[in-house]
Formats: sequence, structure tokens, C-alpha cells
Amino acid sequence: MLEFSQQLINGLSLGAIYALIALGYTMVYGIILLINFAHGDIMMVGAFVGFYSITLLGSNIVAAMIFAMIACAILGVVIEKIAYRPLRNSTRIAALITAIGMSLFLEYATIFLLGPQQKVFPQSAFPLQQYEIMGLLITNKDIFIIVSAVVLMIILQFIIKQTKTGKAMRAVSVDREAAVLMGISVDKTISITFAIGSALAAAAGVMIGVYYNTVNPLMGIIPGLKAFVAAVLGGIGLIPGAMVGGFVLGILETFVSGYGSSLYRDAVAFGVLILILLIKPTGLLGKNTGEKV
Amino acid sequence: MQEKKRNWLSFGGEVLILAAIFTIVQYAITAGLLNQYYQINLASMVINIILAVSLNLINGFTGQLSLGHAGFMAVGAYASVIMTNMLGYPFIAGLLMACLAAALAGFIIGVPTLRLKGDYLAIATLAFGEVIRVVLQNIDAVNGPAGIVGISRLTTWPWLFGAMLLTILVVVNLVNSSYGRAIISVREDEIASELMGINTTSYKVLAFVFGAMFAGLAGALYAHYFYIIKPETFNFLKSFDILVMVVLGGLGSTTGAVIAAMFITVLTAVLQSFPAIRMILYALTLIIVMIYRPQGLMGNRELSRQTFGRIWGGRK
Repeated sequence: MLEFSQQLINGLSLGAIYALIALGYTMVYGIILLINFAHGDIMMVGAFVGFYSITLLGSNIVAAMIFAMIACAILGVVIEKIAYRPLRNSTRIAALITAIGMSLFLEYATIFLLGPQQKVFPQSAFPLQQYEIMGLLITNKDIFIIVSAVVLMIILQFIIKQTKTGKAMRAVSVDREAAVLMGISVDKTISITFAIGSALAAAAGVMIGVYYNTVNPLMGIIPGLKAFVAAVLGGIGLIPGAMVGGFVLGILETFVSGYGSSLYRDAVAFGVLILILLIKPTGLLGKNTGEKV
Repeated sequence: MQEKKRNWLSFGGEVLILAAIFTIVQYAITAGLLNQYYQINLASMVINIILAVSLNLINGFTGQLSLGHAGFMAVGAYASVIMTNMLGYPFIAGLLMACLAAALAGFIIGVPTLRLKGDYLAIATLAFGEVIRVVLQNIDAVNGPAGIVGISRLTTWPWLFGAMLLTILVVVNLVNSSYGRAIISVREDEIASELMGINTTSYKVLAFVFGAMFAGLAGALYAHYFYIIKPETFNFLKSFDILVMVVLGGLGSTTGAVIAAMFITVLTAVLQSFPAIRMILYALTLIIVMIYRPQGLMGNRELSRQTFGRIWGGRK
């Protein structure tokens, strides 16, 4: 039971990271039906901004996270403007290829500028402390990750449900043409969606830096892919789905590497994905909609 | 009668052109005009053409977005190497085994996943491709992540040329047959073609199995040319590479797929001389081509003898 709870806590922090990245995937998919393969790499850029603001500017971890979020929000908007907007009315596969191109560009531009080797996240920015609560080992890393992820998710929920911008986002994702007729600026709404999604990815990037202690230019690929799995698991296009999917996937993965073989850790994500797609393709929280002729 | 005669003439012309290409390259190789560097690029070009043409059958003609093509390539590569290197059968047996194994894998994966549509199918095939890779990594008999080294080089120009020709012939003839018309109708409107009495699932599976089979063939040729295979080679980035060729050439254009495969191979080879910015330039090329020509280089048209630039179907 103790080991079970311990694994659960480890899984929660991993799941929180996946959930934050998955939110960006799902928001972008919900609004323009694009699988944004560059999203994991935006997270990587966020991790690097966080890394440099700690090492060069000497900021603390919260400030580093805010810097990273601002930088990536701008990056996300710029990427959407340059690469995705011209393709909004062409086939979706063309947009998908552009997203793949953008992902490669971000990875290799970072390698070109900063070198391919991984960088160690400074320990001094986040002195490790362990607490023992009822026999459970909890580090301040876990607490930091879970608390900040939950805070960000609450802010996101507030934006989506309570503000005018959030209302516009929901309207555009339901019916873009009708939203235009209601006087909503679709371009602006899509830009804001990219900004918010990318900012969440940046926060996740800084968290991954703290969690694994290292950053490198290719770190976005695997977590990006897994977060994408999490988004599909919960039901792609649904914001609560991404949160649920992220936590479920994180916990599952921790249990598999804890109790079984860590070699199959990567297979779990894809195995779960295949199962869910075959049984309920719309995801855990998705509704089955009939096909319109 | 006149029509038939002209068809025979043009057929003879095509055979002559192909024979000439084959002989010239064969002569250049045996006479030592092509050095090792050009030969390697030639081999990857042919392998890329096979991959692109076969994926185009699934993505372009059937309209089913598959992101797991590298997985079938891996199945073919491993199956052929097991036959030739480990069991000592001749190369042809290895190639046949590669086709069979990959087609079987395509069938097993295709039957459950092809019920899915659009993005969901893309995701499912991506996941299956990755699962194939992870499974290969965990099988000790094929050395797990380290892969198999010391494969004898059995792939020669005649094999490459023959395999490429076979792939293109089968795909073109399949697409131009009644099966092909059914396959294209699935792409154009699945519900309408179902109402016309077409068993859409079985046609989708058919195209998928054929596509997978030729990917397996390409994998076998790859393994026996480059001496070494490991699971990491066949990850989802490889699938993306093939998809890029198909989309760049134009979905549903076999000639487009061939041209794009040649273009990408040449581009990669040229960019080798700028290792630092190679991938950046590659990525930028992708983005720029997609922004300015989202339908691909050829659209869904074919490049053909009589109708240079005109629509294939326009020829009555």
C-alpha cells in the first residue's frame, strides 16, 4: 500500500507535466483541427528559456517559469502567423507537413545555436528537500510541479469559462463561420489560443527541467508524443479530457516502470493509445457523434 | 484498331526507354563511372521511390492517412535478414519473405484500424509503427536496440531496378483497374461509395496490404544494401520522411511521388555538405513548399507521354 501511494505521487507529477502539454495540443486541435507536431518543441524552447533565465539572469524558479511562458506565448503566435495561417484553407495534410517542418526547424535551429549536448539544470535554483509524511517520501519538486500545474489549470478554466476571450475561443471551435458572423475576430482568437497553449507548454518545459535536471534540444520529441497520446486518450479537442488523459497516462507509466519493466515504458503509451482508439476513438470523455451526410 | 496499334507502339517505346535507363546505369556501375557516393545515393533514391509510391497508394489514392510506413519497412527488413543471414536462404527468398511478412503485418494492423477515420487513423498507425519498433527493441534474438550488423550486401542495381519497376507497375495497374476505381471512390466520398455497393473496408484493407507489402520490399533492399539495421532507424521520423515525399509530390500522383522521392534524395545528398544547417534548410524547404504549393508539386495529376501537364483521365 505504501509503495502504491509512493508510485501514485510520482505518477501525479509526471501526469501533471503531460497534462499541461496535452492542453496545448487539444486547444489547437479544437480550434483549427491541426495536430501541432511542433508543440513538443515549443516546450523544449520554454525549458531553455527557463534554463538561461536562471543561469544568466539569476532569477528564481517562478520568475524563470514566467519568462519562459511569455517567450513561448510570443513564439507560438509567430509560428501560427508565419507557418499555419497561410495554410488555413488548404488541405489538412499540408498543414500537418508544415507542422512537422516547423518541429524539425525548432529542434535543429536550437542545436545550431546552442549545441547538441545536454545542459544540467542548476541545482541551486531549486534546492532539493524531502519531506516524510506518513512514511511517504515527497520532494519539494513534486509539490512544486503539482501545485503550479493545478494553479495553471485553474487559471485556464477561468479564462475559458468566465472571460469574453474564452467564450470567443469556444465559439470558434464549435463553428468558425457562425463565430465570424457574430463579430468574433477568428484570427485574433486563434492567436490567443496558440499563445495560451504555448505558454502552458513552456511551463511544462521548465517543470521537466526541474524533474529530470537536464535540458537538451531534442527533449521535446518523446514528451510531446506522449502528451499527444494523453490528449487523444482524454478525447482530443476537449480541455478536461487533456487533463484527465495526462494524469492517467503519467500514473500508468510510473506503475509500469515501477512494477514491470522500464523497457516497455514507451510501449505502454502507444498500447494504451491503440486500445482506446479501437474501443472508443473519441477518447475517455468524448461524445460519439454520428456522421452527417 | 488504330488505337490499339498506337498503344502497342507507345508500350514498346516505354520498354525501350526503361531498358536504356537500366543499361546505361548498369554500364556506368560496371565501368566504374559512378563512384561509391553516387551509388549509395542511387540506391537510397530507388528505395525512397518504392516507399513513396507504396505510401501514395494508401495516402494518396485511398485517402487514408497512414503515419506508420516505417514500421512495415522494419518488418520487411528484419524478415529478410532473418531469412538470408540467419537461416541462409537465397536473397530472393528473403525478399519474398519480407513482402509476405509486411503484408501480413499490414493486414493485422489494417483490419482493426481502418475502421477509424481521418486523424484517428493517422494516430493509430503512428502508434502501431512505434509499437513495432519497441517490440523489435525488446526481442533478444535480433539483438534488441543494437540491431543486426554485418548483413551481406546482396542488393544490386538489377534488384533495385526490378523492385522499383514491379512496385510502380503493380500500383499503376491496380489504380487503373476496377479495384482502383473503387479505391478512388472511397477517397472521394466514403459514404456515397458505400451506397453504391462498394465494400469500403475491404478495399481500404486491400490498398493498405499492398502498400505495406512494398514497404517491406523496400526495407529488405535497404537492409541488404546498408549492412546494418536497428529498430531506431525505423522510428516515426522515418515515416514522416516518406509522408513528406508523398505530399510534396502531390497526393494521388504516382509520377509526383517518384519525382518527389528523387528530389528529396538529391536534396538530402546536397545538404550533406552543410552538416550544421542541413536539417534547418530541409525544414525550411518543407515549410516554404507547403505554404506556396500546398497541393504538392504535381497536385493529383500525372506526368505522361501524350498529356504533358494535362489530366490523365482526359485521354479518351
